[in-house]
Amino acid sequence: MTSTTAAVRAGLARGRAEVRQTLTNGQDLWNYIFPSMVFLIVMFFMRDSTVPGTTFSLGSRTLPSVIGMGIAFGGLVTLMMQLAVEREDGTLLRAKAIPNGMLGYLIGKIVTVSGMTVVAQSIVLIPSLFMLDGITIDWFTLIWVMALGLVATLPLGAVAGSMFSNTRNTGIIMLPVMGLVAISGIFYPISAMPEWVQGLAQVFPIYWLGLGMRSAMLPDGLSAVEIGESWRHLEMLGVLGAWAAAGLIVAPMVLRRMARRESGSSVAERREKAMQRVT
Amino acid sequence: MAVVDHAETQARGTKPAPEGNVLDVRDLRMRYGTKDVLTGVNFTAHPGEVVALLGPNGAGKTTTIEILEGFRMRSAGDVSVLGVDPAHGDENWRARLGVVLQSWRDHGKWKVRELLQHLGLYYAPYSTDHITRPWDADELVAAVGLTEHADKKISRLSGGQRRRLDVAIGIVGRPELLFLDEPTAGFDPEARREFHDLVHQLADAATTILLTTHDLDEAEKLADRILILAGGTIIADGSADELARRMSTEAEVKWTVDGQRFVHSTSDATEFVRQLFAQHDDKLADLEVRRASLEDTYMAMVQQFESGRQEAAVREFEVVTR
Repeated sequence: MTSTTAAVRAGLARGRAEVRQTLTNGQDLWNYIFPSMVFLIVMFFMRDSTVPGTTFSLGSRTLPSVIGMGIAFGGLVTLMMQLAVEREDGTLLRAKAIPNGMLGYLIGKIVTVSGMTVVAQSIVLIPSLFMLDGITIDWFTLIWVMALGLVATLPLGAVAGSMFSNTRNTGIIMLPVMGLVAISGIFYPISAMPEWVQGLAQVFPIYWLGLGMRSAMLPDGLSAVEIGESWRHLEMLGVLGAWAAAGLIVAPMVLRRMARRESGSSVAERREKAMQRVT
Repeated sequence: MAVVDHAETQARGTKPAPEGNVLDVRDLRMRYGTKDVLTGVNFTAHPGEVVALLGPNGAGKTTTIEILEGFRMRSAGDVSVLGVDPAHGDENWRARLGVVLQSWRDHGKWKVRELLQHLGLYYAPYSTDHITRPWDADELVAAVGLTEHADKKISRLSGGQRRRLDVAIGIVGRPELLFLDEPTAGFDPEARREFHDLVHQLADAATTILLTTHDLDEAEKLADRILILAGGTIIADGSADELARRMSTEAEVKWTVDGQRFVHSTSDATEFVRQLFAQHDDKLADLEVRRASLEDTYMAMVQQFESGRQEAAVREFEVVTR
């Protein structure tokens, strides 16, 4: 067994262990369940409204969109927060002090965040199937869109997480992400937006993840209310693929630069600051 | 075939460090902006030696150790750690080092044994004929005295227990060289004593250890050799005994004659006292001769260092030690 194989295996094991840990403590379970409950309640009240121009339930249309958004959030926000926190508390420095530790750490983080995203989205999806009508899942589309969506957003999350050494500053990223959600046709069809807003939304992954999930869960006829009256899988592949490629080029450079600057004294410094925040 | 390979490995293993030094630091310099923190640090460490880097806060101990760990780039100088320049150390080199980090709240959801087992996975490919890596998690837990807490979540450990875990993490790969930066900062006396026992055990297992401390007492208890770092350079290098002997040139003599108290400092106390007797004979009373201890000299230096008279302090100390 080479040292790289060992680190890859350790990383996979690390991811599995961390996902398991999130399922056995109250704080993490609450973080899974609370947002899911909010979305379920929203969709419950939307179920009797219809998608404009059709007789299809607006609640059922929102379900895949919310799941698409959830995948983008998982890749981007969850990874960003974890990196920022684990840099502050010295987890990353430990990884750096171990042979091939950074490789194992990153693989572990990808598995952890992907696993957490799957768990979180299942908590929304499963009850919805009993509550909402008209959902038919095309698993093949669901899986490839989800996988590509994670590959497109995880590197962005890694870059964002590397930029902030103070966990409180991660809020700066949240605001534009929320703005993107608002214009990406998650809770209401994007066609209601002005055209320049539509154009802007289509640059970012959130819109395409929502669209992709809709294509995987809704009857084909509903593509008629989308931009271009189609699920546009090719364009989706193009945009998400471009983000993935750009991210995979930039993220390792940013991560390497961040890791290089970690040392015992930089962690100690952040600890001092954090302690001052508490008192 | 295997025998030949073995012999070759050994021959190659001895080549990079002909003098057999685990650490070899020559004229190490570090500058932050315009501030020189290290102005030429020189020292070595032999295999199995426990070396304490002693100095007041801000003397550059952490900077020095982080350069040796490969976590910080130096400004100038030659540094060799296990025969390798830490600025270019690869993962193979990294696997032979142990770094004990001051933990805070990382890995809080992991259990003690679970984490040690996990971190050990990374070291498995680096086993050699002489060293089996990693350290078995159960044995390691026992070695640091955490057996009854092995299945506890790390966030539930006390400060002292966490520190033991930090050491366990540092040695899980059975390092040939272990770095400890201010290992007992914030310890109560009991935890400190237990920690010292642990370091002695490691030293008995022939691990080379470099530790930093600002506590002379700790350096004396743990180290085979003490290096005093001040003013950006090593101003004293030797065992606690050697340093004490070198420094005890000055002694303070106190006595009374007819109820009147006298104090005198001298470098030859014996001769001075002989003269006192010759002069006062049985009028001499309350005679006291006290050599300046290593601690007195060190404390005086630290005080001067911290009150900003760095260079004066270092010069004075140098005069005393030479």
